[in-house]
Amino acid sequence: MATPAARPLGAQPGATRPARSTPPDAWLKPGIFVGSLVPLAYLVWRAATNRLGANPIAEIENELGLAGLILLVASLACSPARRAFGWTWAPRVRRELGLLAFFYASLHVAVYIFIDQALNVSAMTADVLKRPFITVGFAAMVLLIPLALTSTKQSIRRMGFKRWQRLHYLAYVAAILVVIHFFWRVKIDVSQPLIYAYVLASLFVIRAGVWLLQKRRPARPVAGAG
Amino acid sequence: MGRAASEPPGREITPEGLFVRRREFLKTGARGAATAAVTGASLVWLSGKAPPPDVPETQPALAEPVALGAPAFTVDEPQTPFQAVASYNNYYEFGLDKGDPVRTASTLRPRPWTISVEGDVLKPRTIDIDTLLQWFPLEERVYRMRCVEAWSMVIPWLGFPLSALVDRLEPTGNAKFIEFTTLNDPEQMPGLRIPVLEWPYVEGLRLDEARNPLAFMAAGLYGKMLPNQNGAPLRLVAPWKYGFKGAKSIVKIRFTSTQPRNTWNVAAPNEYGFYANVNPAVDHPRWSQAAERRIGELTRRPTLPFNGYANEVASLYAGMDLRRSF
Repeated sequence: MATPAARPLGAQPGATRPARSTPPDAWLKPGIFVGSLVPLAYLVWRAATNRLGANPIAEIENELGLAGLILLVASLACSPARRAFGWTWAPRVRRELGLLAFFYASLHVAVYIFIDQALNVSAMTADVLKRPFITVGFAAMVLLIPLALTSTKQSIRRMGFKRWQRLHYLAYVAAILVVIHFFWRVKIDVSQPLIYAYVLASLFVIRAGVWLLQKRRPARPVAGAG
Repeated sequence: MGRAASEPPGREITPEGLFVRRREFLKTGARGAATAAVTGASLVWLSGKAPPPDVPETQPALAEPVALGAPAFTVDEPQTPFQAVASYNNYYEFGLDKGDPVRTASTLRPRPWTISVEGDVLKPRTIDIDTLLQWFPLEERVYRMRCVEAWSMVIPWLGFPLSALVDRLEPTGNAKFIEFTTLNDPEQMPGLRIPVLEWPYVEGLRLDEARNPLAFMAAGLYGKMLPNQNGAPLRLVAPWKYGFKGAKSIVKIRFTSTQPRNTWNVAAPNEYGFYANVNPAVDHPRWSQAAERRIGELTRRPTLPFNGYANEVASLYAGMDLRRSF
């Protein structure tokens, strides 16, 4: 799939214009970056103007956590989206989405530690050890840390792609844990966590399908990414 | 930026290269802005919540404030603002989110309203709400309200003691329990279409609990009639128990010899019991009950046994294992 978006007009005359003045889809990553900060800005605005409702701390925790989960699932959807729909731009924003997910997850945990529990270490320890829903959320956060730390190109080079890729499959494990965290947190209505469970499951199905196809035809070119 | 901009051929004519590049630049900017807008809007749609509406304090007054004496029970703690009490409600008949009832409960019609009295009573009958409210002098009770979700409020209720109502309804000697049933009308309660709980909502008390002086029937709060989302026109308030025991918008009162079913216990028997006494020592299976967040405060405060009403009610449970009868 070509990306006609980036070079329509400019490609024709080209006289004074260097061949690649603009990288393909130069707007994509900044656009996603700015857009992904909107939920945070919306939270800050409501917090500053006292519009978060009667229980603002709970609201902040919920929204930060949910935004983190959505971004994590979106990052995991990138390569399946390329496989399934030929969206070649999707893998290019995967790292960015993953890091933004980590950013929201960190804020979510920070609010829990510093405001919700107000640094009450014994209460937090009891939570992590005794409350399965916090245990799995904590585990997911711990899993995301090495992924964020090794998100650079240098890390891929240093570790070798295979090893790096194997490490980053942990993102799937983290996402599953976050969905479980969500399921165990809601009082009774599981419709919301169910949506994310379905999305994750369909990503696994696409991955499994791709894997099966590749197994049948081992010499499949990987050119599609270009 | 260099070349083309450094030697402008004239003020009037934009050089072609700059013209093309500017168009490209604007296009890139526009696409970036569009991407940001779509990303931001989707994320906010999926994860954000609109601010709660202001609740107008237009409820009619229920009683002249001067007619009310000093409350028989009060709390030496700041009262939760009306705005929070009336906009942060667990009332699944009006939606699953605590911000839903304030938006959707206007479809409830608290007048005309009748309450049927059934079961082990001398005279089963149906009573009009306004008749019932005239049976007893209204009084104010400032109670703590502790939700099973580990948040709490302090609310000035207006109503009458449940014990007075029980006496007036004359249960027979067989009656050991009292059961309250909430309205079950999908026309008035949009949330009933979601089968998340078994409808109608039912709750119950042991008869000796119902006769405890703390047990209260509220028809108002903050001196006004109950807002719909708080359980108009009549609800139960049992302040030493978790909030879900407080059946709202009651249409039926039934006296029974056997322990009634209660909705949350039916939905999740390992998480919610019949007694549901506030107990910091017995955690919810999924979260701690040792502390709570008082609405309006940032940090948590310790939860008190029986929500601070141990002197009044602890004797009701003498000899019981409250870990098992949670």
